[in-house]
This record gives sequence, C-alpha cells and structure tokens, in this order.
Amino acid sequence: MWLFNSSVGRKFVMSITGASLVLFLLFHASMNLVAIISPEGYEWICEMLGANWYALVGTAGLGFLVFVHIVYAFILSIQNYRARGTERYAVVERQDGVEWASKNMLALGLIIVLGLCMHLAHFWAKMQLVEILGEEPASGMELIRMTFSKWYWAALYMVWLGALWFHLTHGVWSALHSLGLNNNIWMPRIKCLSNIVATLVVLMFASVVVYYFCMGCCA
Amino acid sequence: MEKTINITLKVWRQAGPKAKGGFETYQLDNISTDSSFLEMLDVLNEKLVSERKEPVVFDHDCREGICGMCSLYINGHPHGPDSAITTCQLHMRKFKNGDTITVEPWRSNAFPVIKDLMVDRRAYDKIMQAGGFVSVNTGGVPDANAIPIPKKDADEAMDAASCIGCGACAAACKNGSAMLFVAAKVSQLALLPQGKVEAARRVKAMLGKMDELGFGNCTNTGACAAECPKSVSLSNIARLNREYICAKFKD
Repeated sequence: MWLFNSSVGRKFVMSITGASLVLFLLFHASMNLVAIISPEGYEWICEMLGANWYALVGTAGLGFLVFVHIVYAFILSIQNYRARGTERYAVVERQDGVEWASKNMLALGLIIVLGLCMHLAHFWAKMQLVEILGEEPASGMELIRMTFSKWYWAALYMVWLGALWFHLTHGVWSALHSLGLNNNIWMPRIKCLSNIVATLVVLMFASVVVYYFCMGCCA
Repeated sequence: MEKTINITLKVWRQAGPKAKGGFETYQLDNISTDSSFLEMLDVLNEKLVSERKEPVVFDHDCREGICGMCSLYINGHPHGPDSAITTCQLHMRKFKNGDTITVEPWRSNAFPVIKDLMVDRRAYDKIMQAGGFVSVNTGGVPDANAIPIPKKDADEAMDAASCIGCGACAAACKNGSAMLFVAAKVSQLALLPQGKVEAARRVKAMLGKMDELGFGNCTNTGACAAECPKSVSLSNIARLNREYICAKFKD
C-alpha cells in the first residue's frame, strides 16, 4: 500500500491528518471564543455537543486522526534517524531560511501531546467522559473559571499554546507542500498563510486563558 | 601582493568502509588566499607525501563546478560556508588567519564512506537508471522547434536540470533524504512535452528506488535547497509530490 510503503505516501498521510487537525483546532478555538462573548452561549454549546452521537463520532474520528498522526510521526522519525547513518556530523551549522520549528517537529509534538493529556484531564474527563458514563457533566464555564484562575495552569496552557504555534507555522505550509499544492509563486504565500493560521488559532485559544486568568485575579 | 593565511585542519580519516574513522589535525602555514579549497588540500597532500604519510583521499574532477564530484562537508556546510557554489569553487579567502576548518565526508546511510572523505554516491546513479530518462526509438531526429514549449516551462525545466547530482541535498538533510535530487530529475522531464508521456511511470520508479536505497523521508526543512550549489528550488519537491500522488490515484 503506497500510503505506508512510499515516502511520499507517508508524507501524504501526515499532511491529511495534520490538515484535518488544524481544521478541528479552528473549530474548537472559535467555540472557545464564545466563552468570552457569552458564557450562557458557551454552556449551550457544551450541552449541545455533550455525549450526543455526532459529538461521539467526532471525538472518535479525532482520536483516530491524532493516533495516526503520532504513530506516523514516530515511524518517520525513526526511519529518518536511521537514514542519516551511524556516524553523525561533528559540526552542525544552521542554514539560512531553515525554520527552527521544521527541525524540531517531533519535540514540539511531544510537548503538544503532554499538554493534550493535561487538557483532557482538566476538561474532557469531567465533561464528555462522565456523560458517557451516565453521570451529570461538570459545567464548562465553571471548569474554565476554575482552571485558568490558577496561575500555574494558565502558565502551562500558554507554554502549550506556544509549542502549538511553532508546530503550526511549519505544519500548515508543509502539509500543503507535501500534498503537492505549491510552486515558486505560492511558496511565500502559503508560508504567510501558515503564520496567519497558526497565530489566529493560538490567539483565539490564548485569549480565553488570559481573559479568565485576569477575571480570576480581579475576583 | 599575495596574502597568505595559517590554518588548522581537522580532517576525517577512515581507512575503509568498515574501518573506524576519526579526526586528524593538520597545521598548514602560508596558504595563499587565492588558492581554491581543493588546491589547499593538494598542498596538504604534498606535505603528507613528503613526510611519507598517506595522503587524504577526496573526490574531485572538473574543478569548475559542473561535474558534481567534489563533496566535502566543511565547517557544518556541504560545499563549505559560501552559498550556491561547489567545493572546488570555494576559495581560501573565505577563511581567516588562524581558523580551524573541520572537513567531513557526506554522512548518509545511502552514501557509505569509501575512504577518508570519499563516499559512494552510486545510489544516485541507481535512481537515474530506475527511470530518469526519456525512452526514444532510434530513427529520424525530429526538429527541435516542431514542439512548441512555453518559455516559462523551458526555463523551469532548465533550472531543475542544473542539478549536478553531487549529493549535497542528502548530506545537508537532517533526515538523509534525497528528495531534492529526485525532484529535480523528475521535474526536468515532467515539465516538457517529451517527458510528460512517461511521467507517471518515471516518478513511481525513481521514488520507489530512492526509498529502497535507504534515503529518509522529506520533512520540508529546506536545508537541501539552502545548501544546493546550483540553487535548485524547493518547489520541485512539491511537483514531485504532486506527480507521485496523482500517479498513485490514477492507479
């Protein structure tokens, strides 16, 4: 199967799963913004999604995407490490125009996974998971207020979002490039698009953290 | 008046493919800044021969930047710190008096060291043999102008064709990937009507061979294009991806 056996096929899988996850992030981030604009609206969204069949199908799909993206990341990293050979260069200099993020996607990805575990424990485990188990879910707004009023959680979420920003600045344009959607004219454009998408996603998420941290401080 | 510099060289010495290698340090005095890097190595080798020591083995041929034979990893850069040139076009005026210069061979699983700084780059030949050509029946040669080709396509094909197959892309890549080379060789033909006919077969064969030979997977860091002595563009890799994915979907 070429999606597994060929290098371009493996990149294709990374791009498709990665790009789908970016779309999810945009969806998730715009949902979060509602928490600032209208707390009641946010509660309504939490209730509407809850453990309904479409939310469960979506969650399962997301889990699958994340799983494939991570498994492929490790397979690719191991293969690439081997391809470099047993002897490593004694002197390694950085090249002009090579992004730092592009060389550290796995490390950034690991930080994102750790952050994801923290996030799932904070929110998902107390909301959708308990609802699946047939109990009353916690209030989304209450969780947001509780979590982000603690400075250490707010700080950890910001670090997590920072790693996500670096991951996306390379990830978005790289996904398009791997799908073949690039040429000399579009290269600067999709790199710019990549920065815009990464910044937009991170700003939307971060605004909620900062807003409720400040609210916590004032209260 | 001619300027000279004194330098310290740290050169990778390795007796054979299986032998354990290591760095040897050499002191060279009064090296003319007008000499090329390879001429400096010639001076070193003459010195070594006169001392009845074994000279350093390194690849070189045309010494004018077109054959793609010279292949040294100098101070952390394939073909040295200058951009868009091969090692033979690198001059000693790029270095300062008292500099320590580290010289290593290309390091990639698919490019095993033969001796010292010389590596086996036949992997690239094998990729070319797998499909990097246009099949022609012998017979009358058609007129070159019989097929109109847009100037833009012709230029882009020519830029891709400027690849000399030196291996700097795979040497620079943190993943040991040969994608820029394969992309250039696929692009130079895929862009032209004569090459389009066999484009799908070619891209599948060449990429399959690349994977089989143990090159890594491209992660679009762009180190290859940054170090390429012929400035082959990274967007060729997008074309390779496009050609390959389309070919596979058509199957």
